[in-house]
Amino acid sequence: MKTEEETRRLMTGNEAIARGAFEAGCVVATSYPGTPGTEILENLATYPEVYCEWSSNEKVALEVACGASAVGSRALSAMKVVGLNVAMDPLMTFSYLGATGGLVIVVADDPGCSSSQTEQDNRLIAPFAKIPLFEPSDSQECKDYVKQAFELSEQYGIPVLLRITTRISHTKGVVILGQRMEFPPKAYVKTGNYLSTPALARKNHARLEEKLLQLEEYSNRCPQNSIEWNGGEIGVVTSGISYQHAKDVFEDGVSYLKLGLTHPPPRELIREFAAKVKNIYVIEENEPYLENQLKLLGIACIGKERLPKLYELSPEIIRNAFLSAAENKTYHVDIKAPERPPVLCPGCPHRTIFYAVSRYKDVVAANDIGCYTLGMMPPLNVTDTLICMGAGISAGIGIEKSFRKSGQKKKVFGFIGDSTFFHSGITGLIDAVWNKSSIAICILDNGTTAMTGHQAHPGTGKTITGENAPLLDIEKIVKAAGVKDENVRVVDAYNLREVEEAVKAAHDAEEVFVIIARQPCPLLKEVRKKRGNAVYQVQQDKCVHCKMCLGLGCPAIVLKEKEVSINREMCNACGLCWQVCKFDAIVRVGD
Amino acid sequence: MVGVGGQGIILVSDILAEGLLLSGYDVKMSELHGLAQRGGSVTTQITFGDKIHSPVIGTAEADLLVAFEKLEAIRYLRYLKPDGILIANDYEIFPLPVLIGAERYPDQVAESLRRSVKNAVIFSAFRIAEQLAEPRAQNIVLLGAVIKVLGLEKMDWSPIIKRFIPAGLYDLNIRALQEGIDCPGFKETLWDSRL
Repeated sequence: MKTEEETRRLMTGNEAIARGAFEAGCVVATSYPGTPGTEILENLATYPEVYCEWSSNEKVALEVACGASAVGSRALSAMKVVGLNVAMDPLMTFSYLGATGGLVIVVADDPGCSSSQTEQDNRLIAPFAKIPLFEPSDSQECKDYVKQAFELSEQYGIPVLLRITTRISHTKGVVILGQRMEFPPKAYVKTGNYLSTPALARKNHARLEEKLLQLEEYSNRCPQNSIEWNGGEIGVVTSGISYQHAKDVFEDGVSYLKLGLTHPPPRELIREFAAKVKNIYVIEENEPYLENQLKLLGIACIGKERLPKLYELSPEIIRNAFLSAAENKTYHVDIKAPERPPVLCPGCPHRTIFYAVSRYKDVVAANDIGCYTLGMMPPLNVTDTLICMGAGISAGIGIEKSFRKSGQKKKVFGFIGDSTFFHSGITGLIDAVWNKSSIAICILDNGTTAMTGHQAHPGTGKTITGENAPLLDIEKIVKAAGVKDENVRVVDAYNLREVEEAVKAAHDAEEVFVIIARQPCPLLKEVRKKRGNAVYQVQQDKCVHCKMCLGLGCPAIVLKEKEVSINREMCNACGLCWQVCKFDAIVRVGD
Repeated sequence: MVGVGGQGIILVSDILAEGLLLSGYDVKMSELHGLAQRGGSVTTQITFGDKIHSPVIGTAEADLLVAFEKLEAIRYLRYLKPDGILIANDYEIFPLPVLIGAERYPDQVAESLRRSVKNAVIFSAFRIAEQLAEPRAQNIVLLGAVIKVLGLEKMDWSPIIKRFIPAGLYDLNIRALQEGIDCPGFKETLWDSRL
């Protein structure tokens, strides 16, 4: 036996979920990378006992997990907040069909939108999909609840949703490790239970309602829902990270109804708690999800009239809402700090094509989710719409069709990355060809899923564990989708002249035109090794301060006291500035 | 800890959190990074004590603010308690509005911080790291300063550094850590006198 010291680890919520799935005997785990949930699968993939994959998108990921559950294996699918939107189709159907092997769906919400396009509170999905919902409040609970979620899923034959938020995902806390449970493989027996015909759906809906009634019984007495009694003056009803914030503010001065399993809601337990306390505060982030449950039961409580629906909660916000707002004396310096918005990294290969397209004043651009989103930032300013994964192509089709009908002479460009192209760009491309669009599609292929921290995708020739895999060739896919050979250009993303020529051809084309701009992300280890010793420098005697290089928006190129220089620590020798300099003032140093 | 994406703030926070755990504290370490891999604002919050609930630190609640870039010290100064300690790297990374010429990088940042904050330790970790021939090790120099200020310099940090830093860079980073610990200008008892 190991001592507690040996099994105690600091883990993020994401790591703890991975550990919990491992200990629960999970056999198949799937995901598509997305902040703040990416590290769940990255960590799970370090356990060889679990089959893990980056799937091509979240819908596929959940379907893979559903298949595994249907034949009796414990399976987990993890996704970011908006990933669940993509996976809604299998989610809704599989809640009817039910789980055989435990099926846990982890969704990482992002209150405050630190890296997402919506602040949607996915707790509301649980009643809609009619599935149980766990809300852990720290890393240890992440691990424990995942294990409990697998048990519950198998016991009631229902997929289970486990919802975390950025603060849970990306906060390290102490976790006590346990052992993995192993289950003997179950021989598959054909039952017909997984054929979602309308006839079976009608029956399954009735069964699902029965399951939810039984689950509510469980919810009333489960250890995840409990009362911490500290007297009857004030009772706080809370869940997830909000519980931790509330504990900081009220300590042991109020009683708590701490809810870890919030769907089905433990109505009997809520009534029991409400009967014992005089005043009830409901403390939760974003939507009044728990509060509405109390109000449906006719229980008076204070919630969203004092707490914001927007952004993250914090002890400070709760303190100011429920206790007297303390005047927080702090330091003040009379200097205004300029904002520090995200930018394309120094040496980013995406910069070239955005720079080339920015020269055309008649271009309207649909952009997509990924690093290249940052092509929208000044001084490049190339982006008119940014909607969701895949819309960099499909929304562009709509823009172009609309312009054509209204007689506006504009050229529509669509931008999408390599991983996003595999995620949901291919269907848009097929639509563009089939419906005779004239959109110019730029596929920015940097050989990785970069923004989330370099995950493999179908075009990398590697799996999640780094094993070799078939490499899907974007160029061949584009041509197979019906784009004519003469309308496809594969260019070196660092070669400005090549990129400019391709952009001109795309701009002039009247049919779907595809540019594939290739260069690996310079933050990849292999690239860093190769280019790590080289930088570009400005020769001050030749620089005429024309500022052409500053138009690239490269964070390494700095104008200070009228002198342009290149930051050695940041430059990784992409050479784009050297190409735009007309006075040979920029030179390469090192090899 | 606050700074700019790519400066190694999360790595330093991880190492410190592990050290605090080994020192017998309950610890939580929370990080927030935005969209970009490089160049955006990055913050981490470390809370430690007998029992930690919320990982989130509010206005005027931080005992120690560590800024890896001095503009970020200005941006997040409101989180520092009136008697809290500021450690700031006298180092500039231009944000986008400055790069494109829309705004200026403010003058006199270090001087203003020194003037306003009672317990301020402002020095160039960059220069120290540069002398070690690895400017990127400035994050570990700053970690050394943090360790000194927290009075944790007697602990053996080398096993934790070994866990988090690639083997080839281990010796260099141990030296960087020591440089940070030895950095002149610290009052030995800054942390304790504040309590």
